[in-house]
Parts: sequence; C-alpha cells; structure tokens
Amino acid sequence: MSYKPIVAIAMSGGVDSSVAAALLVERGYNVIGMMLRLWSEQDSERANRCCTPDSMEMARRVASSLSIPFYVLDARQIFYNTVVKSFIHDYIHNLTPNPCITCNRVVRWDFLLNHALSAGADFLATGHYARLTQNSLRTFQLLRGVDSTKDQSYVLHVLTQKQLGSAFFPLGEYTKQEVRQMAHKYNLPVAERPDSQDLCFVGADGNYRQFLARHAAQALRSGEILDLQGNVLGHHKGLAFFTIGQRKGLHISSPTPLYVLDKDSSRNVIIVGTQEQTGRDSFFVENVNWIAGEPPDSRFTALVKIRYKAHDITGVVNTLNSNTIHVKLENPLRDVTPGQSAVLYNGEVCLGGGTISNLT
Amino acid sequence: MNQDNLVYLDYAATTPVDPRVMKVMLPYFSESFGNPSSIHRFGQTAESALENARLTIAQTLDCLPEEIIFTSCGTESDNLALRGSAFLARKERGANHLLISPVEHHAISRTAEQLASIHGFELEYLPVDSFGRTSMEDVACCLRPDTAIVSAIYANNEIGTLNPISMIGQLCRSRGITFHTDAVQAAGYLAMNVNSLNTDLISIGAHKFYGPKGIGALYIRKGLNILPSQTGGGQEYGYRAGTQNIPYIVGMAEALRLAQNEKDERTSYLKPLRDHLIGSILEEIPDVQLTGHPEERLPNHASFIFKGIDGNALLMMLDMEGFACSSGSACKTGNPEPSEVLTSLGFTHDWTLGSLRVTLGMYTNSSEIEGFLKVLPKVVSKLRIIS
Repeated sequence: MSYKPIVAIAMSGGVDSSVAAALLVERGYNVIGMMLRLWSEQDSERANRCCTPDSMEMARRVASSLSIPFYVLDARQIFYNTVVKSFIHDYIHNLTPNPCITCNRVVRWDFLLNHALSAGADFLATGHYARLTQNSLRTFQLLRGVDSTKDQSYVLHVLTQKQLGSAFFPLGEYTKQEVRQMAHKYNLPVAERPDSQDLCFVGADGNYRQFLARHAAQALRSGEILDLQGNVLGHHKGLAFFTIGQRKGLHISSPTPLYVLDKDSSRNVIIVGTQEQTGRDSFFVENVNWIAGEPPDSRFTALVKIRYKAHDITGVVNTLNSNTIHVKLENPLRDVTPGQSAVLYNGEVCLGGGTISNLT
Repeated sequence: MNQDNLVYLDYAATTPVDPRVMKVMLPYFSESFGNPSSIHRFGQTAESALENARLTIAQTLDCLPEEIIFTSCGTESDNLALRGSAFLARKERGANHLLISPVEHHAISRTAEQLASIHGFELEYLPVDSFGRTSMEDVACCLRPDTAIVSAIYANNEIGTLNPISMIGQLCRSRGITFHTDAVQAAGYLAMNVNSLNTDLISIGAHKFYGPKGIGALYIRKGLNILPSQTGGGQEYGYRAGTQNIPYIVGMAEALRLAQNEKDERTSYLKPLRDHLIGSILEEIPDVQLTGHPEERLPNHASFIFKGIDGNALLMMLDMEGFACSSGSACKTGNPEPSEVLTSLGFTHDWTLGSLRVTLGMYTNSSEIEGFLKVLPKVVSKLRIIS
C-alpha cells in the first residue's frame, strides 16, 4: 500500500474549513482535525467567536461525520501574548492593526503548524481561499483564490517558503457558492452557517471601540479636530475611534462632507478635510515578507492592495532594504492607513507585503 | 499516524465489557425483558434476576442483599450518599458540617460544594500529605459532634493513591459519624469486604471493572437512614425509585464477582508491568515526577507530571502515535485548568498542566508497554522544543 500523506486541517466549525476537510478525505489523505482554543475577553461567559462551545461542537460533529480524529489545542496564552497584545499596542501607537494577519503568522502558521508537524502530520491545511503552486525553480508561489470576492491571499502574505512547503489550501480552486454546494453534497451539518467574523476576540458587544476603552484607555484621550489650517472644528473622544479616510462619527456640521486626513498622536488631534484634500499616493511599508524569499527586483511595478477588501491599484515599488519598501501609487487613495498591510501582486501571484508605516 | 494498532492505556476512564459479562447480560434485553415490579411471570423472572444479582454483590462485599441499592452510575451513588446523609443528619440532629478529602472525584467535591453554597452546609477539607493521603489522625482532628458525614476516596482516580479507609472508618464509627467512601476505582482491585472497611456507605460503578456503563450501586449499612434523592415508585427499598435496569444489573454483579475473584491474579499480572513503566519513565525522561503514592496506589495506575508541557497536546500526540491515555486536566474543549487534585498537593502551575495518566488493564501486554516507552520520551522532547 502506498503511503498516504497525513494532513492536519485547521477546523473552525464553519463551512469553509469543514468542506476543506471533506475534500481532503475524499482525495484519500489521512486527515486529522485540529481546532485552536483562542483567548477571548470574557472567557467565562462567552468564548472567542472562532471557538465558541457551539462552533467547537460543530467542528466535532463534522469530524465525526468524516470519521477523522479531532483535537483541540489550547492557544489562549500565545494568542493573547501576540495577537491581542499587539492589537492593543498598535492602537496606543496610533496604528490601525489587522489582527488576523498576526494570528496567521504566529498562531496558525507557527504554533498550530508546529504542533501538527510534531504530531506526525506532513501538511497543515486551512479553509483559506488561496492557491499554491511551485514554479520551475521549485519555489512555492501563493496565488489568489479563484473566487475573487473571497480571495484570502491577503492575510497569507506573511508566509515563508518553509511554511508554504507544509501548507495546503483545498478551497483555492473553488468559489464560495461551490463550497456551499459541496457542504450540502457532503451532507455537512454546517452548510447554512454564516461566515465567521473578524475580530473574534472582542467582548460580547463585538465592538472593538468598547474593547479598547477597556484595555487601552490611554488611546482614548479626547482631543481636538482641526482643519488643515489648524482651526478647531470640534472634539473627538480618542484617536483610536477614527481611521484614515473615515467620514462618519466626526459630529461636525459642515457644508461639504469632511474626512479624516490624518491622526497626530503627538498632539492628540485629528486633522480633517474635504474629499479633494484626502488621499495619499506615497508611503513606506515595513516588516516586508517576500514570499519567494527576496524581492523580484530593486524597483518594479506591482498591483497593490492596502486593505483586505480594497481593490488592486498599480504602484511602483522601490526596495530600500530587505524588509522596507516605498510604494508610489498611480492614483492617490483615500484610506492608506498606517498599521494595515500593503500586499503586492503580480497578476495572480502574491509577492508578499508588509505593514504600512507611520513615516511620511 | 498510527491507524491500525491502537493501544488502550486508559482503563481508569473505562474498560471494555468482559465477554463473560456480556454473555450473562444478553438474555435480559429481549427474552427475559419483564419489569421486576410486575405481578406476572415475566415480572417474576426479572425480579429473580434482580435479586440474584443483588445477592451476588452482597456475597462479594460480605453484606446483606438489602444493603445494596442499584443506581445509574458511581456518580449517582456518590450523590445519593452525600446528599442523602447530609440532609437527614441535618434534619435529625442538626448536623451541618461536611468533611471531605481535597482529592475526591468531582462527583463528591462538586456535590459537597453545592451542598455548601446552595444548602448552607459548612464544608471542610481534610488535610492530605504530598501523595494525597488522609490519615486517621487527620480525620480525628477535624471531626466534630455536628459533622454530618465524612467522605474519603478509597483509591484516587487521578493519582491512584489509596486511603486507609478501614482506619478512618473505625474512627468515624467510634464517634458515631457516618462515613462514605467512593470505591469506584478501587472495586476492581482492592478488598471490598464492608466489615473490614468499617464504612457506612460505599459507591461503585460497573464500567470500571469490565461491566457495562450506566450502572452503579451504593452500599448502605443496615440501620443507617438516608434521604432518597430520586422519589417515585418505591423501588430499591425506597432509596432510588425507577424501574431497574435488569441486564446491566446482572452484568455488574457478574463483573464484580469476576473482578473480586480474580483480583490477585490481575494485580500480580499488572503490577510488574506498571512498575516497569514507572521506573523507565522516571529514569529516561528529564523533569518528570510521579504523582501519588509510590507504593500505596492502584496496581494498574501510573500518573506523572512533566514540567512545562501542555498535557492536552501530549495526549493528542500520543493518540496520533496510537496510544490512548488521559490526564488530570484532560479537556476536550481546549481550556485545560490545572487539576484541583494536583494543585491541592502543592504542585506549581508549570507542572500541573503537564499531567499524564497511564492505566493498564487485563488486555494490556508487555509489548504494548515497550512500544509506549519508546514513543513517550520522543513525544515529550518534541513538545518541549515547540512550546
């Protein structure tokens, strides 16, 4: 009998990871279900949304219907020490973080991957919508998922060649609609479950602003709202409540709509302006990870995504050193936000990315 | 991933039903299915099976048949003993004080906690040594005239330690205080003669000694009165209403009879295997401690703590290698809390999360133990590298 690779599938009790598990079983792998117990604010009353008793029960049922073993790993401590702490730290430092990226880098593709490999798995699979290929030099390439509305290569841009060598994305070739159909076809109990939410760890109110009020009060000092000339137009209740390009919640009456242009943490002020005054086409990106291990060139043109749900825009990338780049976009964008990730693509291929810097 | 040769080393969690037990149970599902409370001959057949089973158990424990009450499991027996004694002692003599060991099974500790928090009893924990043992002297110091009941586990499920039940029982009897022991783990391997144990109440559960799950018994010494917690049709001398589960009761009686008849044989088979396991692990793995008493412990029971290891991850990896074990903090939902038993013995947090329980049984053989001893050191060092 030929050797059947062992694939650990990270399960959440949702549709995507459940279908991914079913596909792996159908393709004949030895599949192990694994679920992470993550930290959440009110641990005793309400578990992290990614691992409520409900979703854990669901994942267990899926595993049992697929006849695969299922284990839960306690990742509360590492999740809190990395994802939650850096989320709080970033807000205190006037950044708008994307905690899912930290989670993928440190929790899923380090902690979980290491546990899966140590337990004897050859690969770790997830329900992400992304594809993986090897080029002629046997370098792993991360491609966007076929379903452009669901593509999740953005949150996977932090992966290294070593991690990709153990990664498996069974859903990359499918659309969300096809995945839901497969959930029915495989008779999985999760077919009609809604998609999971971001920010799984904030309290029952699901509101990150309330979370910050409880955990990062220093990021919530009230201050002035100024226009570009320095005139005081109003007051805000904390920089963390606002993000670049935001229009709502300023509570200023003005003949033309006003947008957040900038947040100055040294003076604790928000600077607002009209739509014409918004926009930025040039920024630095730090802590860049190159999927191939190195940039394609010292200066090159790429498609740039500045948020998970943003559209691509063409930009010119200048590499300043191995992990810092400068990006010049062909048009200014209203919501270039320090702390969010800028991810670079060459067509379908994700080249890598990093964190948009505060530096100007 | 080991798919083919799964080795079961979790006999303290549950045991497979002995085929000899299974055989005597089978006629009572579809053939002799009557309700023992019925007047007709169907009922009479069932009643006769019920009373024969009760007699078998009574002979095994050296007690009267009417001192045996059938329940649904060891946990129910513990609940009935503790609640029934506490409420009646309060009603009859105003006794309000509960005295239990800090290393009881949750069936006792959670019940006692509820009696304290909801019903206003005063709960006191007995002192224990570093092996989890309570001495007669410890009990003597804590006993009060208003003590409603003392409960001390015969053999601890998590760390295997045995308590000097007979001596504690003697003391309680001399002071006129009701004494209960949870013998769920003990019944498969230790002496169960109620007269030498000096106990008033003893809980057992069949699935720990190769009987079926879902059936247990409580010994209630004649003359002792307790308040029933399940009322209804008056079955089981009014202590536990509800139609008796005849096939399971028949199975438990046979399983207990076999276990008590064969206990010396089973012990002399398992103890050397177990001792070899403990010796090798303590010798080969760094930063490991045996938990519980080195000698005064269940003959099939080995338990350890490994410094700086997540016990749940350890169990997962062992299972992947084909070895089914358990731990004190085992938790299927991934939020292991440090075991209360280990914490009460004074172990620190970096040790208590890394517990492992390996319990052997009649189908364990030495090649399985050798296989386990090859795998465990590797798994422990892998986990220490990644965590």
